[in-house]
Amino acid sequence: MPVLVRIPTPLRPLTKGSAEIQAKGETVDSLIGDLERQYPGLKDRLLDEAGELRRFINIYVNQEDIRFLQAKKTALKDGDEVSIVPAIAGG
Amino acid sequence: MEKLNGLRCRECGRHYAAAPIHVCEFCFGPLEVDYRYDVLKGVVTRESIAAGPPSMWRYKDLLPIEGDVAVGHHVGFTPLIRAQNLADELGCREIWVKNDSVCHPTWSFKDRVVAVAVTKAREFGFDTVACASTGNLANSVAAHAAEGRLKSYIFIPADLEQGKVLATLVYNPTLVAVHGTYDEVNRLCSEIADKYRWAFVNVNFRPYYSEGSKSHGFEIIEQLGWKTPGHIVVPCAGGSLITKIWKAIKELKTLGLIDGVSTKMHAAQALGCGPIVTMIKNDTDVLVPVRPSTIAKSLAIGNPADGYYAYKTAKESGGFGEHATDEEIVEGMLLLARTEGIFTETAGGVTVAAAKKLIERGVIPRDESIVLCITGNGLKTPDSLQDRLDAHVKIKPSLSAFDRALADLKSQTS
Repeated sequence: MPVLVRIPTPLRPLTKGSAEIQAKGETVDSLIGDLERQYPGLKDRLLDEAGELRRFINIYVNQEDIRFLQAKKTALKDGDEVSIVPAIAGG
Repeated sequence: MEKLNGLRCRECGRHYAAAPIHVCEFCFGPLEVDYRYDVLKGVVTRESIAAGPPSMWRYKDLLPIEGDVAVGHHVGFTPLIRAQNLADELGCREIWVKNDSVCHPTWSFKDRVVAVAVTKAREFGFDTVACASTGNLANSVAAHAAEGRLKSYIFIPADLEQGKVLATLVYNPTLVAVHGTYDEVNRLCSEIADKYRWAFVNVNFRPYYSEGSKSHGFEIIEQLGWKTPGHIVVPCAGGSLITKIWKAIKELKTLGLIDGVSTKMHAAQALGCGPIVTMIKNDTDVLVPVRPSTIAKSLAIGNPADGYYAYKTAKESGGFGEHATDEEIVEGMLLLARTEGIFTETAGGVTVAAAKKLIERGVIPRDESIVLCITGNGLKTPDSLQDRLDAHVKIKPSLSAFDRALADLKSQTS
């Protein structure tokens, strides 16, 4: 399941500067596993010690917040776009 | 005076040099301006503040500006009004309205944050400012960019109230209407901010921008004669304002300008978009995002970035929170207008309605002092009242016609 993953600036030092990378996974959870295999250290930035998504990170599958889907169990298919976005202020 | 230590992660405490960045690279926590309170203590006094200008800049030493103020010289120092009619109506002893609906120049508290952010953008050498907005921020960024001779890109949800769209376009920004909710606009802007070197006031300039909100809190305390009120009721969208008012009060304590802090901070949100108040009511620090459905569009943020801190503020201060239905929001707007002659936008209606419910439920005792934060102007969102206000008298230009109309009115009300 190759999907496009958009990497925000704070994580790009881990992806050798790449803003967009290809990764595989049946679900968001397994995608994070593949990201870790390709770019060691990435998982710790996304998940806390309990394995939960860090409080100030939002993940979107095709522009939809995964908390409105099945969270980390959200299924992925070929050609999906995943964005990792830090929380930002309102206005 | 070297008053700043750069930025510090609010979660893990890591330090960063002052830069246009907003997220901790390690834990993604929000970065916050780090002040050297040891340097400020004794320098910032009640007297030094009183000697400052009648604007938010009387607190410049407690804001993250190192050079001269670039734009918005007259922002802030809005009236704090003793609202005795409203207090009588609600059966309370002491209610104050902090009236940012008349904040110069764009009639909302957003002028405070934008004046800081745009000044900071100039300090960092940016020629373009931008924002994602539910309306008030759009007005303010466009206005201050015009004043500062900067280019501006303003991103809004396409269904925004017409008044707020016009009050942005008049300053000639590039206005981008996005077919989506504010949360979708915000996510898009986060990605745009990563790609273009612009000063996004609520993205990469967030640590500086959000500090401007403290001035709303400083002013309340100074205008009360350097006393803290029993309660402050604050409308919540992204959750930053309530957090920063609380920070302002604690800073005044740290600097020795006030003795004790016993203020309880209460959050006000619409029922159709109230994830922060839901956290408070359920006593959980886990935010569940919602899809907004409310007439209070300026508060329609379903995934508030500072929701966690807003919850912690209410909790730590001993305050609570309340939701208001659309009907209650309109009633709140009408109540404030009828009792105090202040026309606030829907967000102000949320604040009044939530305060009323907190008072009626006994959460806010009737004999304690209460401050209501009114943050925006009603003339921007007249649509919300369109169906409610039509009872005027139409007559021919003759005295007898008026006499008859007056007699009719009296017989209706007697």
